[in-house]
Amino acid sequence: MAEERRFLSASGVPIALRRRQHSASCRELAVRGPRLQLRSLSAATSAVWLAAYGLFALCENSMVLSAAIFITLIGLIIYLHFVKVDQESLLVIGSLGIQVTSAYASGKESTTFIEMGQVKDVVINEAIHMQKVIYYLCILLQDPEDPQGVSEVVPLFQSSKPRLDCLIEVYKSCQEILEQRKTAP
Amino acid sequence: MDLKDFRHLMNRDCMSIGVHPCRVTAMVLKVFFPSCCSSADSGILIGRWISEQNSAVILAVVHFPFIPVQVKQYLGEVQRVTKVSVSVLGSWSNSKQEKEESLSEFLEDLGTIFCHEPWIQISKEGDSKFWSCSILQKHSKNPQEEEIILVYYDQRKVMLSHLHPPLDTAGQRAEDASKLSAIFDTVARSQVLFMTDRYDEGPIKLTHWQSDGVEASIIVELLKQASVPGCMLLTFLLSLLSGICRSRLLKFWPLSFLWSKLSTCEQLGHRLQHLQVISSNKKAQNQNQLMRKANIFVSLLIDVALGILLMSWLYRKNRIGHLADTLIPVADHVAEELQDLLQWLMGAPAGLKMNRALDQVLGRFFLYHIHLWISYIHLLSPFIEMILWYVGLSACLGLTVALCILSDIIELLTFHIYCFYVYGARLYCLKIYGLSSLWRLFRGKKWNVLRQRVDSCSYDLDQLFIGTLLFTILLFLLPTTALYYLVFTLLRLLVVIVQGLIHLLVDLIDSLPLYSLILRLCRSYRLAAGVKFRVLEQQDGKPLRLLMQINPLSYGGVVQTYRLPTYSCYPRDSWASLCKKLFLGELIYPWKHKGDKQN
Repeated sequence: MAEERRFLSASGVPIALRRRQHSASCRELAVRGPRLQLRSLSAATSAVWLAAYGLFALCENSMVLSAAIFITLIGLIIYLHFVKVDQESLLVIGSLGIQVTSAYASGKESTTFIEMGQVKDVVINEAIHMQKVIYYLCILLQDPEDPQGVSEVVPLFQSSKPRLDCLIEVYKSCQEILEQRKTAP
Repeated sequence: MDLKDFRHLMNRDCMSIGVHPCRVTAMVLKVFFPSCCSSADSGILIGRWISEQNSAVILAVVHFPFIPVQVKQYLGEVQRVTKVSVSVLGSWSNSKQEKEESLSEFLEDLGTIFCHEPWIQISKEGDSKFWSCSILQKHSKNPQEEEIILVYYDQRKVMLSHLHPPLDTAGQRAEDASKLSAIFDTVARSQVLFMTDRYDEGPIKLTHWQSDGVEASIIVELLKQASVPGCMLLTFLLSLLSGICRSRLLKFWPLSFLWSKLSTCEQLGHRLQHLQVISSNKKAQNQNQLMRKANIFVSLLIDVALGILLMSWLYRKNRIGHLADTLIPVADHVAEELQDLLQWLMGAPAGLKMNRALDQVLGRFFLYHIHLWISYIHLLSPFIEMILWYVGLSACLGLTVALCILSDIIELLTFHIYCFYVYGARLYCLKIYGLSSLWRLFRGKKWNVLRQRVDSCSYDLDQLFIGTLLFTILLFLLPTTALYYLVFTLLRLLVVIVQGLIHLLVDLIDSLPLYSLILRLCRSYRLAAGVKFRVLEQQDGKPLRLLMQINPLSYGGVVQTYRLPTYSCYPRDSWASLCKKLFLGELIYPWKHKGDKQN
C-alpha cells in the first residue's frame, strides 16, 4: 500500500514522497531528503584540516592539529544530531490527530502530536524566503477561546521545503481524511 | 528565516477549503487497550466509556468464572473510591485453539447481562498479533459499519506520567481540556484498582498492570518514622533562628545597612526560606509543589556536598595558610600597580597633554589614598589567616554561601578601587552638569525648575561674562577629569564583572531543578509533553493497530517549567541606560535585589 514518487525541493534537490495507506482513516506521508554526500563531508573535513595544517606550519604548535581533529568530530556529531534531517513524516489519523515526526541523520526523532480537536485545517501558504517566494504546508490550530480564530500556525516539512506539486499531493491526501471527519454525521 | 513569521502572508483563498464552524465526531471507535493484558485469559473487559470522544479506555480484564452480581458490586465499590465511572465494556476471548461456536454465543449473551452500549468484543486466536474486534449495538439507529482503532498503551507509564503543561484541577475539568488528558486522568485515578494483589483470593480475578509489591526495607521505614520528628525539630529551630533574625536588636541603622550590602546574608536568608519550605509538615497540594520541594531538597543536598568537598580540600595540607600568605602580596601588588598607573596618568598618558596643575592635585590625592590603603592592609595582615580559617568553616553551609563570601571578600579588598571610582564619577558628574547649565546661559536660556522646562532669559552683561569665563575653564579642565574617570570606571567594571560571574554561578546552583532533570534522565515517561503513536503491522479486515508511547518533555522545557525562583540579582538597567549613566557620570550599581526600593 506504499507508493513512492520523486519531486524536487525548493532549492532543486531531489526528494522522495512516500505515501502509505494504513487504513481508511490513517495515512502516512513521508518526505525523504537527499542522503548525506560523502563528497561534501570529505571536502569540509579536508578544508578544516588543511587550514589547521597551514596554521601549524606558521606557529609550529601541535595543539592546533589535535584541536582541528576535535573540532571536526564535535562538528560532525552536532551536524548529524541536530541539523541534518533525513526524513520528515506526517501521520494523519482521522478522529485521533496529526503526528509530525522529523528523523535526524543520527537516528534521533523529534515528534509532536496534535490532537484532532485542536486542528482547524491544513493549508498551503506562501512565504518570502531569501529572495524568492516559496510555498509551504501548515497546520492551523484552533483558538480555544474563539472558534473562528487561529491560535498558531505549525509549518510542516521545514527542512526539506518541497515544491508546490509535491505539496498539493500531500494537501489532497490530508484533506481526504479531514473531510471524513466533517462529513461524518 | 523562520516560516512561522509569515503567518500574516497566509494565502487562504485559493488553497484552503472553507472552514466549517461546527464539528461532529466521526464514527470511529477507539479502544485503548493496556498492553499487559494482551496475554490474559478470556473474560470481560472493564474500563471507562468516554462517549463524547467515542472511545473506550480499558483498565482490566475480569476472568471467568465470575458471578455477575459480585462483579457489579465490585465495580460499584471501585467507582465510589476512584470517582471514575468504571463499567463493563465488552468481552475478551483468548482462545489458544480454534474458535468455538458455543463460546462466541456465550460472549454475546454476556452483553445482555451487562447492558452497555456499544458492546465491544475483542478476540485473539492463538498467538496471532491481529485481533478481531466487533461492535454490537442493539438499539442503534444507523447500523453502519464502524471503523475500530486499537491503541495499545503501557498502563504503568501512563499512570505515573504527568502531562505538561499541568492542568488547573480546580478551574477546569480534565474532560474539557483535551482527549488525551482525559485518558491520562482516567488511568491515573484508577490507581486503586492496580493495588490489588495478583494472589489475593477474592471473588473476582483481574488482570492489569500491578506493582511487584512495595519493597519494604527497614532503613527506609526507619527514615520515614524519623523524618516526622526530625522535621518538627528543624521547624522549631528555624522559627527560633528567623525570630532572632527579625529581632529589633539587628534592625539598628549601621547593622541593617551592613546586612543589605553583604551578599552572604542574602544567600543565607534564601537558604533559610528553602529549609522552611522543606521542613514544613504541610502535605504538598499538587504535583508542582511536590516537585518544587524535591528540587529544593536535591539542590540543597548538592550544594552542601560541594561545600563540604571544598572545605575538605581547603583544610588539607595547610592550604588556608598558603592562601593567606599569597593574599597579602597580591593586595600589595595591586596597590603598586595602581600607584604606577597614577604616576603614568600624572605624566603625559598616551601622549595627551593634560592640565598640569589639576593633574598633579588629583594624582597626589589618589596616591595618598593608596598609601592609606596599604597601611590598612599591613595592619590587618597578622589576622588574615585566622579570619580565613573561620570564614572557611562556613563552606559547610554550602558552596553557594562560600561563593558569596568570596564575592564579599573581593568587594572588601577592592574597596579603594570603588572609592576612586566614586571620587572620579562625582567630579566628572559635577563638571558635566556645570557645563550643561553654563551652555544654556551661553545661549541666553535657563532651566525653569517650577515648570520643568527650558525658558529663555535675559542675562546681564557681567553675568554673561562670568558664565562664559567659567564655561571655558570647565571645558578646558574636562579632559583631565574625564581621563581619571575613564580609567577608574574601567577598573570598577572589571571588579563588577568578576563579581557578576560569581553571582551567576550561585544563581545557577540555586535555581537548577536537579531532581526534575534526574527524573527526566532516568524515568523519562514521568514528565510527559504529550504522546506519540506508532503504526504497527496491518492485516486486511482487521482493525488498525497503534502503539501509544509517551513523548518526554525536552530538557529545556524541564528547566523552564521547574526553575526555582532565586532572590536574584537582575540587571538594574538596560544596556542603553547603563551607557547613558556612564556618560553622565552617575554612579552605577550593576544589580539590585528584589526587596530594594527604587531610588
